[in-house]
Order: sequence, then C-alpha cells, then structure tokens
Amino acid sequence: MTFSPELEAKFDKLMKSYPPGRLRSALVPMLLFGQDELGSITPELIDEIVNRIGVTRLQVQEVLSYYSMLHTKPLGRHHVQVCTNISCLLRGGDKLWDHVCERTGLKNKEVSADGQVSIEEVECIGACSWAPAVQVNYDFHHNVTREELDRLLDGLEKKQ
Amino acid sequence: MSDLVHLTIDGKPIEAPAGTLLIDAVRKYGIEIPAFCYYEGLALQAACRMCLVEVEKMPKLQTACTLPVAEGMVVRTETPVVADARKAMLELVLTNHPLDCPVCDKGGECELQDMTFRYGAGEGRFNETKQHIDEKQWSPVVFFDRPRCILCYRCVRICNEGMGVAALGIANRAVTSEIIPNEADHLNCDECGMCIDVCPVGALTSGPYRYKTRPWEMDHIATICAHCADGCKTTLGVRNNSIIRANNRDHSGLNGDFLCVKGRFAFDYGASQERLQTPLARVDGKLEPISWTRALKTIAAKFGEVRQRGGAFGVIGSNHTTNEENYYLQKFARQGLGTNNIDHHRTGDVITLIDALAGKGGQLATVEDIYNAPAVVVLGCDLSHQHPMLAYQLRANVRHHQAQIYPITPGPVREDNQATRSLRVDKGGEVEALGSLAAELKQAGGVVILYGDPVKGDAVRKLVDFGESLGVPVKYVALVDYSNSRGAIEMGLTPELLPGMTPSNTGGMRIGQMLASTDLDVLWVVGANPLKNRAALAGKPFLVVQDLFRTETAEQADIVLPAGSAYEKNGTVTNVCGQVQMLKKGIGAMGTKTDLDIFALLAKEMKLDLGPATPDALLAEIRTTVKGYDVVLAVLATGGAAMTGVNGPVAIDVPVDAIHSANDTMYTSGSISRYSKALTSLMEYPGELYSGKSK
Amino acid sequence: MLYNKPDPQEVKVLTRRFGLENSASIDTYLATDGYQGFLKAREMTPDDIITEVKTSNLRGRGGAGFPTGMKWGFVPRTSPKPKYIVVNGDESEPGTCKDRLLIENDPHQLLEGMMIAGLAVDAHAGYVYIRGEYRYLIDILDKAIAEAYSRGWLGKNIQGTGFDFDVYTQTGAGAYECGEESALLESLEGKRGVPRIRPPFPAVSGAFQCPTVLNNVETYSAVPSILRDGGAAFASLGTPRNGGTRLFCLSGHINRPGVYELPMGFNLLRMIEEVGGGVWRGKKLKAVIPGGSSCPVLTADECDLAMDYDTLAKAKTMLGSGGVVVMDEDTCMVKAAMRIMRFYAHESCGWCIPCREGTAWLRKLLIRFHDGGGARSDIDLIGDVARNMLGRTFCPLGDAAAMPTISFVEKFRGEFEAHLAGRPCPHEHADHLALV
Ligand SMILES: Cc1cc2nc3c(=O)[nH]c(=O)nc-3n(C[C@H](O)[C@H](O)[C@H](O)COP(=O)(O)O)c2cc1C
Ligand code: SF4
Ligand code: FES
Repeated sequence: MTFSPELEAKFDKLMKSYPPGRLRSALVPMLLFGQDELGSITPELIDEIVNRIGVTRLQVQEVLSYYSMLHTKPLGRHHVQVCTNISCLLRGGDKLWDHVCERTGLKNKEVSADGQVSIEEVECIGACSWAPAVQVNYDFHHNVTREELDRLLDGLEKKQ
Repeated sequence: MSDLVHLTIDGKPIEAPAGTLLIDAVRKYGIEIPAFCYYEGLALQAACRMCLVEVEKMPKLQTACTLPVAEGMVVRTETPVVADARKAMLELVLTNHPLDCPVCDKGGECELQDMTFRYGAGEGRFNETKQHIDEKQWSPVVFFDRPRCILCYRCVRICNEGMGVAALGIANRAVTSEIIPNEADHLNCDECGMCIDVCPVGALTSGPYRYKTRPWEMDHIATICAHCADGCKTTLGVRNNSIIRANNRDHSGLNGDFLCVKGRFAFDYGASQERLQTPLARVDGKLEPISWTRALKTIAAKFGEVRQRGGAFGVIGSNHTTNEENYYLQKFARQGLGTNNIDHHRTGDVITLIDALAGKGGQLATVEDIYNAPAVVVLGCDLSHQHPMLAYQLRANVRHHQAQIYPITPGPVREDNQATRSLRVDKGGEVEALGSLAAELKQAGGVVILYGDPVKGDAVRKLVDFGESLGVPVKYVALVDYSNSRGAIEMGLTPELLPGMTPSNTGGMRIGQMLASTDLDVLWVVGANPLKNRAALAGKPFLVVQDLFRTETAEQADIVLPAGSAYEKNGTVTNVCGQVQMLKKGIGAMGTKTDLDIFALLAKEMKLDLGPATPDALLAEIRTTVKGYDVVLAVLATGGAAMTGVNGPVAIDVPVDAIHSANDTMYTSGSISRYSKALTSLMEYPGELYSGKSK
Repeated sequence: MLYNKPDPQEVKVLTRRFGLENSASIDTYLATDGYQGFLKAREMTPDDIITEVKTSNLRGRGGAGFPTGMKWGFVPRTSPKPKYIVVNGDESEPGTCKDRLLIENDPHQLLEGMMIAGLAVDAHAGYVYIRGEYRYLIDILDKAIAEAYSRGWLGKNIQGTGFDFDVYTQTGAGAYECGEESALLESLEGKRGVPRIRPPFPAVSGAFQCPTVLNNVETYSAVPSILRDGGAAFASLGTPRNGGTRLFCLSGHINRPGVYELPMGFNLLRMIEEVGGGVWRGKKLKAVIPGGSSCPVLTADECDLAMDYDTLAKAKTMLGSGGVVVMDEDTCMVKAAMRIMRFYAHESCGWCIPCREGTAWLRKLLIRFHDGGGARSDIDLIGDVARNMLGRTFCPLGDAAAMPTISFVEKFRGEFEAHLAGRPCPHEHADHLALV
C-alpha cells in the first residue's frame, strides 16, 4: 500500500525519529496520521504498519483500542466534537451538545447517512478559557454560541 | 549469596536476601499477603491492590508485590486499615462481577471467592446495572467470560513471558478493558491452557472441563503425563472413574505450574470410543472378540510350543510402559522365552553419551539445570514443540537469570526469540557449527547442551570433547521422545544392553531386522506401532499386540490384547533427563489389563518363574539390581523426581541408524494423539516442526 | 494566534513575546534575547546549570509541583546510556489551556528550555509529546524545529558550541492518562498509555529505559529566562519556595476568562475580581477549583488564598496545572461533580481495580443521583467509594478522581440533599445554563 507523498514523508520522518530498535514508537503517530488520510484505520493500514515497524496485529489492536481518537470505522467528513467538560459545561457546552444532537438527529459517535457529518461529545480539549469550545476535525472554534454553531453546521452542509 | 536484610513483619523479626519482594519474603514465615495480579516468576503489575500493607515511615499503603525488603523496615500486613483497604478492593472488583458463583466452574477453587470469604466483603453497596458482555469461545479448549475477569493480567503474562507466544492482549481502557485473543475472535496459539490455569477466577475456562463437575466432587490424583519425555507432573481430576481434567494443581514437580496442551487436554485418548475393550483374535482373516482366558491360553500355548521347538521370537517393547513393565518384559524375553531379540523404537542417542562421559568432567543435566545454567545450547531439536516443558524452563531461565541461549537447528524455532544467537545448519552439521560459540560459552561459565536425534554416534563423542575443551562445567541432555524412552533403554529393551546399560554380549535382532525377517515364529509387540508407516511384515510370524487401540500394527495381529494406559497404572517412568518419577493409577478402563498384569498372567499360564510381578516388588528389585536406579524411595513416594546415576563406560557399538526421533509436534504424540478429541479438534493440529510458529 | 487581552497586573516572563508579530518565528525569537539562556548555559558546568534552576525555585507546572532543579539532579549524568529530554505537552487536565498558548506563541522558548536541560544532564535528544487534539501545534512546532535546524540552533555542533541536540515531536491520540509521566513514556514507546511501576523513576529509567528528564511545557518554557536573567531574579518574582510566575487559566463564570501570567502567590480572590473581571452577570461566587479538575474544590469563603503550592496544600487542595475554574451561585455542584467523574471514568486507563471500578461506579452513581434517582444513603456512599480509592490506586489518576469528589460531597452536602427534594436538579432552571 502506498500513501500520499505527504504521508509517506511523515512516515519516513517517524522511522528516523527513534533510537535503533525502537521503531514501535512510531505506532501511535502512524495510526493517527494514517487515519487522517484514510478516514479510519483500515486493515490495509494495519498491515502496512505491521510490516513497516515490526509490531504484531495484536499489539496494534491493543493500542488502537486504547486511544479515543483512533477509529476503525470512518467518521464523517466533518467530525464535530463538542466539549462538555467542566469549563465548557459551566458556559453551556452541554446545551450546545444537545443542540448538535437535535439538529443533526445523530447520537454520540454516529455518522450521518451521507457520511458527511459525525458528532462526538468530547472531554476537555484545552480551550477552557475560551469555552464553550467545539472542534471540527482539528479546527478549534471558541466561545461558541448557539447561533455560531448553527452557522458552522450550515457551512459544513454547504461544503459537502 | 546475596546479603540478608532484617525487618519486622507484624512484630516478628524476619530476614530475607536483599532485593526479595516483601510478598515473597514473608511467605517463609507463614504470613500470606493476598494478591490477584502477583504471580511468581512473571512481570510485576501492582494492578489488583490486594497486597497493600502498612510500612512505617511511608505515608501511603504500599504494594507488597513491588516492594523490595530493606534493612530495618517495619511492616504490618493485617491491621484494620489494611483489612479495610482489601475489603474495599473486593467490593470494587465485585461491582461488575456477575456473582454467578453457583454455576461457575471455578467455584470452590476461586481466589476471588476465597478473598471475599477471608475479608468478609460479602455485602456490596453497588446498586447500578452491571456491565455485561457475552461469553466468548476462543478455541475448542479456551472460553473467556469478560464479566468474571478481574483484569489481573496473569493470562497475558503467562502467554507472553511463560510461553513466548503472546496470543493474548488487552483491549480498550477503563472499565471496558478486556482481554483479547490474537486473531480478533479466536486464538491461534499453543492451546496450552496455561491462561486457564493461572486465571484466579472463572473468566477463562477449559472447553473439555467446563460444567462437568464441582471441583470437590473429584478425586485429585497426582501422576506423570503420558505424552512426551519431559515428565511433567499432572493432577488428574477423577470422578466416576473418568478423568475430567488435568492440571498441576499444587505446582509441585519438575514442571512447577507448567503443562502443555497434551498434558492438560490430551488425557482424553484413553476415553476414546475406539479404545479396545476386549481381546481380539483373528478368525477367518478378521479380528473377532474373544475372552481374556482364551486369548491368554492361546498365546501361552503358542509361545510354549515355539520355545519348545527352539523357534524364533521377536519382542518389541514400548516407550510408554513403566520401568517395572519394561524390566519384567526383558526378563520374560530373555529368561522366559530364551531370546535376545528385544528392542524398542530408539529416539535419541543416550548410550553414546553415557559412554563418552565416562571418566570425563561432563555430567547429565536435570530439568533444574536447564533453568539455572548460564548458557544453554539446543542442537537439532525444535524444543518448544518436542520438549515443551524444557523450553518453558529455558524461557524462565532467560527471564530470571538472563541466560544465553543458542539454538542450532535446521529451521526457525521459537527459542530464536530468546536467543543470544541462532545458527541455521543442515541436520548433522550441528556439532561442527557449535565450534564458533566456544569463546562465548567459555565466558558464560557453564553450559547445558541439549541435543536431538541428528546428533548421534561420533557426533556425540565430538560434542563431549568440545564440552571438555571449554574448561567450564558442561551438562548434557540426550533428547528422547516418549514418556519412558529413557527407561526403555535403561531397563534393557535392546539386544545390546541388559538393565543398567550392562552390555549383554549376546547377539539379537533390532526392530528393523525383526520386521524384515522371514524367520520369526512369534513377534510380540507391546505398546508400539512399528507398522505405522510400513506395509506389512516380511515374514508371517504369530503376531501378538498389546495396545490401547487398533493401530496399524494391531490390525495385522493374530491376537490383540487391550492394555491399560499410563493413567490406569502404578509404576515409575524416567524422563528425558534421567529423572525417575512415580505414576499413580487414576482410573481403570473396562476390559483392559495393564501390560504388567498381562505379562504376569502369561508367565503364570506358561508356568514361568520370573519372580514377583507387582509394581512395588519390581521397583524394589530394580533399585537393588539395576545400576544407577538405587533412587531414594522417599523422594518417589512423595511425588519427587529422583535423578538416576547411570555411569559409563558402555562398551558396545551403538547402532546409530536405528535412532530416529518421532518428530512429534506439540500437538502430536506418536500414535496416541489421533485418538485425542481435544488435540484433533484444534485448528493448530498437527503442527509442524521448524516453522518458527506453533501452527 | 490564540491569545486573550493581557491584564496590567500580569508579570510577563514566559508570555513576553505573546502578541508580538510573528511571535513564533525564530527571527522574532532571536531579536528578543532568544537562545541567550542557552548560550549562557553552554558556558556553565552542568552542576551550575542545575544550581541555577534550583535557585529559581521553579517547580513543575504539570501538576505535582516538584522542584525542577532537584529533578534534574536525579539524572545519573555519568550513566553510559543516552539521556533524553521529554516534554509533557499532553495538557488534558480539565480547566487547563496554557501549554497550548506557549507552543503556539513561542515554540522556540520551549526548544531553548529543552536544550538547556540537555546541557544540564548530558542529553542530546528530546521528544515533545503533544496531545493528538493539538494537531496544529505539532505543525507549528515542527516548523519551529525546522527553522532552528536550518539556522544552526538545533542539530550538530549548535552555533559552533560543540553541543549536539535533536528534537522530535510525538503525537498522542486521545488519552488523558498519557499526561501521567510514565504513561506518556509508554505511549512514546508505541504502547498503551498505562503507567509504569515506580521506582525506577524516569530520571533513572525513562524514555527507552534510559535516564530522562520529563517536564511540562511551561516548566521548560521558564528555563531560558532563568538562565538568561539568573535564578534569583526568577525566584524573587514569587513567594518563598514558589519561584517565578505561572500561567493561570481562568475559566467558568467569570467576566474575562483567559490565560494570565501572574506571580506565584497572587491572591485568588484578586485574580477572580481584578484580573478576571469578577463573577459574571453580577452573580455571587460559589466555588472555585483552583488548579484543574483534579483539585479539591474551594468554597467562596475559602478563596482568600495566595496561589502557591504550599498555601494551597495547607488549604487541602492543590495548585495543580493552573486551571482556575470559577463557579457562580447558580452552579449545580452535583452536576459539576458528576461531569468531572464522567471524565475520570472515561480516562482511567483501566489498569488497577480501584481506579477502573471506582470511577465507573461513581460515574453511574452520580449520574443516577443527579438525574433524580438518588437516595439519602447515596450521599455517604459517594464519599465512601471515593475514599476507598484514595491513596490506593496504581497512579495518581485515582486520587485525581477521588479528591474532588470527596470535597464536593463534604463541602456541598446541602446541595446533594437538596437534590433529593428538588428532583431532578433544582438548578436546571438557572438561566446561565442557557447559552451565552
Ligand atoms: C493522571 C495524570 C495526568 C497528568 N497530566 C499531565 C499533563 O497533561 N501535562 C503535564 O504536564 N503533566 C501532567 N501530569 C503530571 C505528570 O505526571 C508529571 O508530573 C509532569 O509532567 C512533570 O513535569 P513538571 O515537573 O514540569 O510538572 C499528569 C499526572 C497525572 C497523574
Ligand atoms: S482472564 Fe483471568 S487471568 Fe486473565 S486477566 Fe482476567 S482474571 Fe486475570
Ligand atoms: S499483587 Fe500487588 S497489586 Fe496485585
């Protein structure tokens, strides 16, 4: 399996980032970066990682099931993550979350039928002083109001 | 060796070598610190928090399983605070535990039950819904029930560290964590069941055993495994005259906690539907049932007639029968039938080793030596397949003592993973290749050399010369295959040697010659299947076969006698290292007789006076008359292994061509394994040597 | 660039470049005394560097507040093994969002801090572990690292000083526990984020089983100024044993939430009133979590405190990671406790019994209680289960879950009782819970 030149470059760099015999260290970054490109961690990606860094499938399984950002099923093209942890909660993050659920008709970690949008209630994403916060894929949105959230979701729908 | 430190436990002064873990140090003094995750010899986890103790000058409770003893330490293991903490852990771990103890296989043998009993954590305050996950079957022999699992990770470690297989892992996190098998929904592994054995609760259960009985309804009979030559101790769980389970319950014996797939699950061959239950005789070209009386009379008459007229006998003995049976059989052949045509399937060159070591510094290695040696060399053997217990000891040696390991084999073996260096050579080139390791081995300061069937005759002599040249202690194991191959040689089941490896100085046919001979009048095959891979006998002797099954050889017999299995008799066997252990009868099998009883009845029928024929009387005779077998009776009687002291020289020409391994894998065992449902149901069966993996 | 409006009371040491144009670029950095601390350290002996850091009274900003100089001193410098500098940029403690700003606005300051640590312990390679959600920061940092290499501030023979140093970024992938130092090291080795048994501590056996200095982003970021201006100058900014400034993350019911660099020992009430502009909407203060969600909560009456490690320890709470979470009078404390426990139950690595089972139990219990299904006996039970975890777990995550819970029940028992009467939640009507 070959990846995009950018991802190959990232993988190459990872392979050179650790002391000799420590290639296993590249596992978590490879899974995450690979997922970013492929949409999820596919069996082919796992095979490729197994071959490149010499881990077992079981080791990959142990690791990928541990980290909450790693998925074996594709998320939506736009993964809308609403923080409801304490600082965001105090500023209405939970209401934002309810709103997202209502508007999209999705439940936590569900993907829309067209595969465009998925939603997730997430733990603190490090935006506490700009709460409530929402992350769409890797993009942060701070001090989000209901109106802004609606605009954001409208925008995503248009982007499809 | 290491310095002793002094500390106070529960007010008592104790001492222990520096570096000892507290949990181990106190055991000698009768103090038991409870633990789920701690398992001697495996990596530390500190996960279950049951072993918390109070240590003076430490603010928090400490885990005894990770705390090395220190001079002046003051520890309390059973204060109210400690008891409270343990009770709390139990209440917590029971929150998601199904509490299905009444229908759990582990009931009565469950460490969680015992702890709950001990700390009185019988009442829980958990009022929420329990997390449920359905039970899964991972293989014909391994089932996993996540709700019962307390995540002590013993199973994961025994598989990784103990077995070197790494078929189990941990998935997810937090309360959804669970143990997972290597093939997503099933296991691809040794199927040894070690994970089941170490599981403190009923999370991992055995396919063949589950829901068959309550543990206290069984009799627990400690005997020796009937399969390979390693001689693992096994405890048979017997109920209503049937074996329901095998495990090494008290972890005593050479194998400690270890049993392989054969030891743990393949006791079932004896209960096979195909088991012979009555003697058979050839009538009109077909084998038909006859009575014991008629069978024995017919044989005795035939034997008597042939002896009378000076006809020729051939006797093929077994690698499975006891020392007492083998000893008696050779006596029967030599004294009773007047023949020296007696042999058995030879699987390794023990004889040359004994001879070559005469007057030299090298010695025979015990199983313990394999665990303790600074370096171990394995020549021409796929150890994990052919000697699973020795391989287990080897891995433990690497883990605990950082031993250097050198497999020199024709193909990849599991030991490569632990090896300092592996050498790939064609069969026969092993000893030569060894030369390149001389410097390293010298440095190691002590070596155990294990060699398989490619190393025989002159190669063994060269090997011993090499060992002598190292100038460090060297010990040897001549690897043989079956549960009593060693005893067969030493009890005189060869034409060249009488019991005790005393040269017979009389000619006699070996197996190959017997099978090819057209002159034999009688061929008597006891517990062997020489026609397994051969069309037929060259001649037309009267063929008597004693066996459990209608093997290829039995099919051609004139009379077949149904014999008892190793689990159905008393006696002694000698393992691959020359260590003698006692078999204990677990059950009886309908219609069968032990080989010894058959010999005795025949002798009586023929009016031969061969001396007493009970296991005890024969053992006494062996201990007094067979060189090297004056083993300590008390050791045997208490379930120990007594090292034999066979010494050379053995001045005979060893027929090296007759030596060949059965090449059993970890899932096969000569002709027996195909009658084991447990083995044949495994997807890994029959396995393959030198493939570097179990499958 | 993410950065709130600064406050006049701030003492800007670590954040002095925040708000400058291109503050993340090496040119800006070099134009504002950048890498001077490193050059100075290069002239010093390792012992002197460590002494300087000790003098500064810098204490770890990751949560535990361990004296940084002392930690560096534990590294066996003469060990034949390579040594490593590891940066904890996992920043996942609810209420905390400062490391993010430090990397975003001034990545070279972090790199310089790492290099100085490298000089102090004879390490020549460093890893910056950044939580997966902060992907954009990895890009920023990678860019800064590339700049530093191309300008000779990383790599072989840095600026002709003969010192070699390499830096690599490493991403997490969603796991709070990977902020715990030994779990972070496991993750860095491609494993599950499960902590290690200690001892040995990372100083002796850390990354790749080699001696390792592991500090928080903010801790390293303070080091260049300490070397440049002297440890004593840094120390004098704070209170005794609590040197320098630190970044406080003000969040919750406050008028001007934001990240502010204030001297250690700054009064908490003043921080809320003056720097944060007071509790929003003219509401009264009810409670404050002073250092991230793991810290026991303070009631309004308890908040007249100097924000340093020792004072907060005396008040039976912690300075933690600097996340100051302000709650007004309408806040439902049961809901707060419940949400916090949901977090720990989600983030427990699952290794040990008390943390795995305790957080899961408390989560269920608190959700049921908050939803109106509670019984009076549950109130004591919540505290009991938390106390049963406390001090008995494999790593401090269990304590982090237990401590705030115990404090919520003890200090706001009345609210738990009120919940029994006003089922489901007497506060659910409060208008502040509607959106801003
Ligand atoms: C559960 C848990 C989570 C932690 N998360 C972080 C974190 O996200 N960032 C951090 O710097 N330290 C975190 N720590 C503290 C680290 O273990 C460690 O003490 C710290 O990184 C050391 O750096 P310092 O001395 O500079 O504070 C956490 C500790 C625990 C127990
Ligand atoms: S299955 Fe058994 S041995 Fe394995 S972790 Fe669970 S309780 Fe422990
Ligand atoms: S035995 Fe010590 S924690 Fe399990």
